[in-house]
Amino acid sequence: MSAELQNHLADEVAIQITNMNKWYGDFHVLRDINLTVQRGERIVIAGPSGSGKSTMIRCINRLEEHQKGQIVVDGTELSSDLKNIDKIRREVGMCFQHFNLFPHLTILENCTLAPMWVRKTPKKEAEELAMHFLEKVKIPDQANKYPGMLSGGQQQRVAIARSLCMQPRIMLFDEPTSALDPEMIKEVLDTMVTLADEGMTMLCVTHEMGFARQVADRVIFMDQGQIVEQNEPEEFFNNPKSDRTKLFLSQILGH
Amino acid sequence: MKNSKSVAFVREGMIDQQPAPASQIGAVRWLKDNLFSSVLNSILTIISLLVIFWVLSGIVPWMFGGVWNASSLSECRDILNERYGNTHYACWAVLTERWQQLLFGFYPAEEIWRAVVAFVLMLVAIAPVLFESVPRKLLWVTIAFPFLMVWLVWGGPIWGPLLVALGFVLFYVSYVVLERKSSTLLALIGSLVIGLVWWMFCVGPLSEALGSALPIGDLERVESRVLGGFMICVIIGLSGIALSLPIGLILALGRQSNLWVVKAICVGFIEFIRGVPLITLLFTASLLLNYFLPPGTAFDLTLRVIIMVTLFSSAYMAEVIRGGLAALPKGQYEAADALGLDYWQSQRLIIMPQALKISIPGIVNTFIGLFKDTTLVMFIGIFDMLGLSNAIRANSAWNGINWELYIFIGLVFWICCFSMSQYSQWLERKLRTGHH
Ligand SMILES: Nc1ncnc2c1ncn2[C@@H]1O[C@H](COP(=O)(O)OP(=O)(O)O)[C@@H](O)[C@H]1O
Ligand SMILES: [Mg+2]
Repeated sequence: MSAELQNHLADEVAIQITNMNKWYGDFHVLRDINLTVQRGERIVIAGPSGSGKSTMIRCINRLEEHQKGQIVVDGTELSSDLKNIDKIRREVGMCFQHFNLFPHLTILENCTLAPMWVRKTPKKEAEELAMHFLEKVKIPDQANKYPGMLSGGQQQRVAIARSLCMQPRIMLFDEPTSALDPEMIKEVLDTMVTLADEGMTMLCVTHEMGFARQVADRVIFMDQGQIVEQNEPEEFFNNPKSDRTKLFLSQILGH
Repeated sequence: MKNSKSVAFVREGMIDQQPAPASQIGAVRWLKDNLFSSVLNSILTIISLLVIFWVLSGIVPWMFGGVWNASSLSECRDILNERYGNTHYACWAVLTERWQQLLFGFYPAEEIWRAVVAFVLMLVAIAPVLFESVPRKLLWVTIAFPFLMVWLVWGGPIWGPLLVALGFVLFYVSYVVLERKSSTLLALIGSLVIGLVWWMFCVGPLSEALGSALPIGDLERVESRVLGGFMICVIIGLSGIALSLPIGLILALGRQSNLWVVKAICVGFIEFIRGVPLITLLFTASLLLNYFLPPGTAFDLTLRVIIMVTLFSSAYMAEVIRGGLAALPKGQYEAADALGLDYWQSQRLIIMPQALKISIPGIVNTFIGLFKDTTLVMFIGIFDMLGLSNAIRANSAWNGINWELYIFIGLVFWICCFSMSQYSQWLERKLRTGHH
């Protein structure tokens, strides 16, 4: 392969995880994970509680450290080199189950903080950017309120806007709707669908199977720290291959 | 009545808001709820009122019938005997006569204006720190205040404090320059060395030379040992408060550090200091420290006491702040990390503002404790207000007077501490950002 072609391929690959392993003390939480995510791909990760889904996506932006194997994000390998970690965190946005907005800052300040301090964007520009993304998640009128005054669904949308303000090339979602009341789930999913339609590379841990069918290019099923099965959504849901997948699907879709 | 068994129900109109019944609101309701809710409670209320009345009927005449003008306790008693036929009344005259001493110790009378100016400057200097609405420009006064205060209180040419202040500028400039060429840590160490060399070896000779060549602003020198009264409490208390917060903060962060050595040093320091009574540290400051220092260094006693008090309360401060840090959800750290903020940025912008806010009650509690503990300096021969009250009583004119002095001292401390606690409650209310 010529160097040029290799470069080209590397550019197409957003995340490359090779033989990645992680332990918590003696507990082997992630076992031999191999995963390649193309740029623009939308991936949904499902699996029973405690199967290591969160741990895996948290390894991608180094909120957790892996102990064996390789993770390459956007052509940069994750190691203990702080420069690389910083570089990757700028490119990768993340949304958490419990939003993790900064309660002492207004919505607008939540959104402008990282651009101003990490990207050194001038304040005025950062505010314009923040308002742009707050409009996109449909809550520009709440900009001067504090997170504690917003509903859960609104808070999660702010959290998405906050990540987008760093203009990441990859977005990670860790169960973004599991802490929400049923009537608020849709507004957050709608925001995520919009994002997917715009071609953002997305990794979502979620049990919203409707969302998976609608936007995912690929569904990954994890159990006991391993990737057990992956497939296109239609195939995955209609025609699961492994017994564990079948059991899991019957449990979440069964009632 | 066929319908009465049916479970179906549809409301035809919504009910409007209505006021609560009159007997359920206002003063009547309050009295009923809080004082006379049952027979037993009514009896308790009446007994309590009687006790309060009995106590007040003893104290109020004593206080308000007191004598304000007399030059000694016996003169005071003569006046009282003449007026009431007995001496069961206060003799406030001791305060009228000795208030200056209680407030300023043995500070030379013709120089007291300097102490007053320093006190007013202090109020100006802390205003912008306490209240956001005060113009930010006043922060310059805050920065200049420590040096001005030293100059005003201790006197001497202005060069000494000025050169010490210059050391901070030097420290900062060399940090900025070094940081561009090397890492943050190296720059910090380098500039610290430069600063220390300046303070230890250059300030002394330079200020002496400048003082004799250009004797500008040469105030009469006042020795540390004549400082006393409320003034010394404020000097020690305020320095302790201002210094223990940042040091406590660093200790709290160090205690969380991943670096084993840093963590061990911080834990060791905190646990050592917390395990030792303050009075022991003060005795160390007054007696032992001189053995360790090179002979001939006249290390000011007040300065030594300030250092000890600061070390003492910063250990407590560190634990209070650690409590605040522990109360923060892990998600806050993770969100800051995920956004790409580095360690110091996330500490400064995300973690500390919240941890400090949670810790406000504990922090102010430590401040109040520190301020009251300044009275302990009396045991190492500094005449704070309590020490002075002993000295005043040792004078034959006022021998035998107790309550009046202690009430005054108590009142002064109470005003200071109560203001601090009120301020902290106000600040907590102001910083609340939850549901409206
Ligand atoms: N900090 C930790 N220390 C020890 N064990 C942990 C830690 N975090 C998670 N685990 C364990 O790792 C496993 C995977 O956790 P997680 O990735 O959160 O699962 P999921 O997100 O799929 O529910 C669980 O068994 C959990 O108990
Ligand atoms: Mg999880």
